[in-house]
Amino acid sequence: MRKISTPYLLLLPGVAFLFTFFILPIINLAQTSTQTPVGGGDTGEFEQTLRFSNYLDAFLENKEQFGRSFVYATIATLLALAIAYPLAYAIALKGGKLKNFMLILVIAPFFTSFLLRTVAWKQILGEEGFVVPTLRTIGIISDSTTLTSTSFAVVMGMTYNFLPFMTLPLYASIDRIDPRTLEASGDLYANGFTTFRRVTLPLSMPGVVAGTLLTFIPAAGDYVNAAILGSPNTKMIGNVIESRYLKIVDYPTAAALSFTLMIVILILVTVYVRKAGTEELV
Amino acid sequence: MSKKVSKKDLSPEARAIINSQVTRRGLIAGTGAVGAAGLLAACGSGGSDSAGGGDANTIRWGNWPLYLDYDEDTKKYPTLEAFSAESGIATKYFEDYNDNDEFYGKVQAQLKLNEDIGYDLVTPTDWMAARWIRLGYAQKYDTANIPNKVNILDSLSSPSFDPKRESTLTWQGIMGGFGWNTKTNPKGVRTIDDLFAPQNKGKIVVLSEMRDTIGIILLSQGVDLQSVTEDQFMNAVDFMAGKISDGWIRGVKGNEYAEDLTSGDATAVIGWSGDMFILASENEGKFDFAIPESGGTISGDNFIIPTPVGAEAKASAEKLINYYYEPAVAAEVAAYVNYVCPVKGAQAEMEKIAPELANSSYIFPDDAMSAKLNVFRSLTPAEESAWAEAFQQAQGN
Repeated sequence: MRKISTPYLLLLPGVAFLFTFFILPIINLAQTSTQTPVGGGDTGEFEQTLRFSNYLDAFLENKEQFGRSFVYATIATLLALAIAYPLAYAIALKGGKLKNFMLILVIAPFFTSFLLRTVAWKQILGEEGFVVPTLRTIGIISDSTTLTSTSFAVVMGMTYNFLPFMTLPLYASIDRIDPRTLEASGDLYANGFTTFRRVTLPLSMPGVVAGTLLTFIPAAGDYVNAAILGSPNTKMIGNVIESRYLKIVDYPTAAALSFTLMIVILILVTVYVRKAGTEELV
Repeated sequence: MSKKVSKKDLSPEARAIINSQVTRRGLIAGTGAVGAAGLLAACGSGGSDSAGGGDANTIRWGNWPLYLDYDEDTKKYPTLEAFSAESGIATKYFEDYNDNDEFYGKVQAQLKLNEDIGYDLVTPTDWMAARWIRLGYAQKYDTANIPNKVNILDSLSSPSFDPKRESTLTWQGIMGGFGWNTKTNPKGVRTIDDLFAPQNKGKIVVLSEMRDTIGIILLSQGVDLQSVTEDQFMNAVDFMAGKISDGWIRGVKGNEYAEDLTSGDATAVIGWSGDMFILASENEGKFDFAIPESGGTISGDNFIIPTPVGAEAKASAEKLINYYYEPAVAAEVAAYVNYVCPVKGAQAEMEKIAPELANSSYIFPDDAMSAKLNVFRSLTPAEESAWAEAFQQAQGN
């Protein structure tokens, strides 16, 4: 008998965990997704009939919410990138002694529950918050325009909630850039913008890719922001899955939608990582 | 529906946060969880802890949290204590009925096998009670043990899921109607046209409880909720979907509509009596509630004795139900929970203990009010799925 090598033993807890809490549920989900209601059965009673058209039905019925999820997630990711890059850049390169303190500030929102932070946005953008009256006074929005229950509010909430996921990987990769490469760029007569474009940005690409993935993937499946800040016209696919599971008790459709979402995200991510170039990322 | 009260003790800010993120049931669950340990420790009035079995002399009652008069000082349930003292039947009171579907999922397997579910008495909402009866999970009462059964309000006495109230009796009732901001709607909201008046455009919130929202729309269309057909239902759902896509309705929500009203994001709602009762009393004159002229909804949570409960325990549970149908006891409970009291004669008793509540038609619907309250008929399993699906899809889900 061959001796089992230590690395495999070390893998065991992780594998066992993933098997129990990822592989088994996925198999269960796959089984559920092709079931149909028992004829004459009660609510929540399903039987396996291998009905694969559940997928097509589920997708066609909810293609609007699918589209919305990816559009919102893309906008939120781009906004988060636009906000987080300068932020991470400033902390990494100009933070000095305050670097750690500033990082704590970035993480600080995590000390509060995700739900509470989202509810806070509802208050901020609500009729009695300061944003709406201010914008009305300076005439940017009309008296009848509201900010909550709009796609604007949903995208803002998502951008805000996932911002730390974008900032931290960006910070990690910008912080790792050897300042001498920037000096060398200057020595070679590159101006600030050229240095950024030719040196800083390429060297921080691993952070950009990691940050965009960490933002986009949860954002695409998010339903809290749409539930709290949105209206019935801004529902995302996560809301549909929630309602199918918990309210309609239609497990097969919910499972089929979950699978479809997973597959679409997987495809998008694969294409993205291929395009962005994987070799330097890890 | 269920719960309430402790909301009153919270600061408006805290309440706004809680209201805005959780459904009515969720709120109950949240507050219940906090108090659960203390409450459970304090609950029951003696009686031994019989693991699993079920002990004929100890009634295990699973109810919605914050849904029974509770004395903060003594950490006891006064009416339940009194029942035990009077009858010699001990009780274990569990505030762990947080959600109809969740609870059903938890006990369904045992019910199927006719094994003890850990409760001798539970209080599911009407439509879920209907499912229990349909599947044969609810025992018929021995009416000899519940002479007070006759005290049930006429409007609640004959629901389609249990026309003779043979195995259910309402614990508390809740009304669905129109709530509004009196500044933006000085003339009030009494018809569906008042609700969809220009000043409310984009500021209307309706309940995510299908039977209340669609029920009220159906009533406005002259449909009888006891005989509503699928076509009529779908027509009402289409009406709601149209109002959503045209930007009239900003949200379909549970308890959170109360927060939208206070924050000014909503000016008119389809809401619940209990919430509006609290809102109105806390914001002097800023909000009001009325049952629509075309009729409002009333639903309830119901006492059910599950099938696995043995004969002796069943008799004890029936005595407990009978006790809560004593007008004086019902009044004491209503003074605490402020929902619709299902017991005739409780109003007179309320005069004695809390006269200011005795005239509240939210708690004691008078004849004129009762005539306007309608119970949604029970649905077949197929209808339940299809209708819920249509209702969810109309709200973008």
